Amino acid sequence: MKKQPAEWQLLLYIAGQTPKSIKALSNIKKYAEEHLAGKYSIEIIDLLVNPQLAEGDQILAVPTLVRKFPEPIRKIIGDLSNEERVLVGLNIKPLK
Amino acid sequence: MKDHVRKPTALPSDANFKFPKSPTGVEGLDEITEGGFPKGRPTLICGGAGCGKTLLSMQFLIKGITEYDEPGVFMSFEEPSDDLSLNVKSLGFDLEKLKADKKLVVDHVRVERSEIEEAGEYDLDGLFVRLGYAIDTVKATRVVLDTLESLFSGLDNQAILRAELRRLFHWLKDRGVTAVITGERGTATLTRQGLEEYVSDCVIMLDHRVIEQVSTRRLRIIKYRGSTHGTNEYPFLIDEDGISVLPITSLKLDNEVSSDIISTGVPGLNEMFEKGGVYRGSNILVSGTAGTAKTTIAAYFANEQCLKKEKVVYFAFEESPQQLVRNMKSIGIDLEQHLKKGLLQIHSSRPSLNGLELHLLTLRKLIREFKPTTVIIDPISNLITVGSVHEVRSMLVRLIDMLKLNNITALFTSLNKQTDDMRPDLAEESVSSLVDTWITVRDMEGIGERNRGLFIIKSRGMGHSNQVREFLITKQGIKLLDVELGPNGILTGTARKSHELSRTVSKLKLQDELDRKDREIERKRKVLQANIDALKNEFESAVEELNVLKHTEELSSKAASNKNTDKAKKK
Repeated sequence: MKKQPAEWQLLLYIAGQTPKSIKALSNIKKYAEEHLAGKYSIEIIDLLVNPQLAEGDQILAVPTLVRKFPEPIRKIIGDLSNEERVLVGLNIKPLK
Repeated sequence: MKDHVRKPTALPSDANFKFPKSPTGVEGLDEITEGGFPKGRPTLICGGAGCGKTLLSMQFLIKGITEYDEPGVFMSFEEPSDDLSLNVKSLGFDLEKLKADKKLVVDHVRVERSEIEEAGEYDLDGLFVRLGYAIDTVKATRVVLDTLESLFSGLDNQAILRAELRRLFHWLKDRGVTAVITGERGTATLTRQGLEEYVSDCVIMLDHRVIEQVSTRRLRIIKYRGSTHGTNEYPFLIDEDGISVLPITSLKLDNEVSSDIISTGVPGLNEMFEKGGVYRGSNILVSGTAGTAKTTIAAYFANEQCLKKEKVVYFAFEESPQQLVRNMKSIGIDLEQHLKKGLLQIHSSRPSLNGLELHLLTLRKLIREFKPTTVIIDPISNLITVGSVHEVRSMLVRLIDMLKLNNITALFTSLNKQTDDMRPDLAEESVSSLVDTWITVRDMEGIGERNRGLFIIKSRGMGHSNQVREFLITKQGIKLLDVELGPNGILTGTARKSHELSRTVSKLKLQDELDRKDREIERKRKVLQANIDALKNEFESAVEELNVLKHTEELSSKAASNKNTDKAKKK
C-alpha cells in the first residue's frame, strides 16, 4: 500500500434530509473518525439546494459519497451501512 | 399492471374531444399516431441495435424545438454530448446552436461500474434532481432518456432500480413533460427489463430486418393508451434528412382532379382517346412483352411534355441516361436538349440498389425538390424483383397516392409475359386496377412475322377507341397505321401489305376497264361519224348528179327551141 496522503477530501451528495442521507452522514463520520482521524474533510452537498452540481460529479443515486482526493475519484452509493464495502471502496482498507 | 392513477382533469364531454398529443415532426409518424406522441406522458421506443432509436428520439426533440417551439432535454446514458452533436450533424441538426440558444440541454449520464461501489440502500433522486434541473433551465416540455438499460449494467441492485424506474415514469408524468424513453429489445419481452413497456403510455417498436439481402426498417405502434392509431408495420427510412415513415396509404382519396387534357406525344394515339389525350394527373400504364416499344412510347411522352416546357423525371431501371438518349436519338427524339435545359431528369439505377422504400423516398424527394409535372417509371415491373408482389403492390399504392396528391401525371411501363389471349397476366393485374389509363402494346404473330399492335384497355372517364392499331417504328419515330380491314378482321404486316397490293391491283384493273370503255365509245363515235360523213357524201354526189342532169335537161331544151326559131326564119 502506498503512502497515505495527508488530506482526505470527501463529498457527500444528498437530496434533502431523508432518513437515508442522515444515516449515510452518521456512518461516514463514524468511519472517518475511526480510520482517518484528523486528516479528512467532509463536505455535504444538498442537490435540492444546488441541483447544478449533480452533473459535474455524475451523480445519479443518492446518497453518494465521492472521494475527491486522493485520486482517482471513487464513488460509493447507498446509506453506507456496509462498513466493509465503504472502506474498500474508499481504499482505506485493502481487499482481504 | 398497476399504473399511476391521475385525477382526471375535467372529463371531456363534447364529441370533438381530441386526445392531447405532441407532434413528432417526423414525416409520416404523426399520421399514423394521429397527431404525435401522447402529450405529457412517457412514450417508449424500443428495438434492437442500430434500428434508429436514438435518432428518432433526437428528431422528436429537435423538431419540437425548431418547429413547435418546445424546448427539450436529452439525457444520454450512452453517448457523450459531443459525440451526439457530431452524429446528428450529418443529418443537418445543429445541437450546439440549440444549446447556445438555451433551447436544449444535453446531459450525459455516465454510469461506470468500476467507479461505483454500492454500500447499502440508495435511490435515484440524484438523477431526478439532475433531470429536474435540466428541465427547469430551458423550461423543457420534451424529454428524452436514452437508454435506461445502461443503469442496469452499471448498478447491481435490480430491485431498487426497477422500483426507481417506475417512480421515474410517474415523476415524468407529474412533471407534465412529454417523455421519450428508448429501450433495447429483450429476448422474450419488448425491453430487457420487461418493465418500461408497461409503464409507458405509448410503445413504438422499431425493427431492422433483412429479407433476401435487402434491408428494410419497420416501425410499429404496439400500444397507445387513450387513442386510436395505425396498427400495421410501417416501413421507415433513415437518410440525410433523418427519419421518415411511409404510411401504406393515405386513408382518404380526396385529391383534387384536373380536367386538363395532355397529349401523349405519339401521333395517332391521341386520336384514339375521345378527348384527344389523357387527363393531367392521371396515371398511365403501358404494358407489353419484350421489344414492343414501351420505352419508346415513354420517351415520346417525356419528349412531348418537355416540349411544352413541363418538367419530367424519368426513372430508368434498365438503361443508363446516356444509353436512353442515344437510343431515342435513333428514332428522332432528342432528349439531350431537354436535359440541357433542365426540363428533364433521368435517374438510372438498378432496382436492387436499395429497398422499395428508398426508391419511393428518392421519388418523393425529387418531387419536392424538382417539382415535376410528369413522372415516368420504366419499367415498374422490375421493382417486383426487389420485393414480394404484395410489398410491391403496397408500394405502388403509396406511389400512386403520392403522385395523385401532387397532381403529377405518371406513365409506367410494365413488362409482361406474352399470353395467347389479349388479357394481362397476374403481375400486371396487381397494378392495373390502380391506374387510370391502360395501354397495351403487343406482338401480333402470324404468317411468319411479328408486328406491333397497340390498343387501349381502359381509360377512366373518357371514351376510347376499341381498335387494335398497328404501329411502326421508323427513323422518324412511331407511326400509327390506319386500320386495314380484311375479310378476317384487322390486317397487319405483310397481310396488310398484300391486301393493300391486291387493292391497288384491282383498282388499276378497274381503271383499265374504264379507260377501255371510254376508248370503245370513242371508237363508236368515230364509226358513227364516218358513217354520217359517208352518207353525207353520198347525198352530195346524188345532188350533184341530179343537178348535172337538170342542167343537161335545160340545155337540151334550150337548144331545141333555138333550132325551131332558126327554121322559122329560113322559111
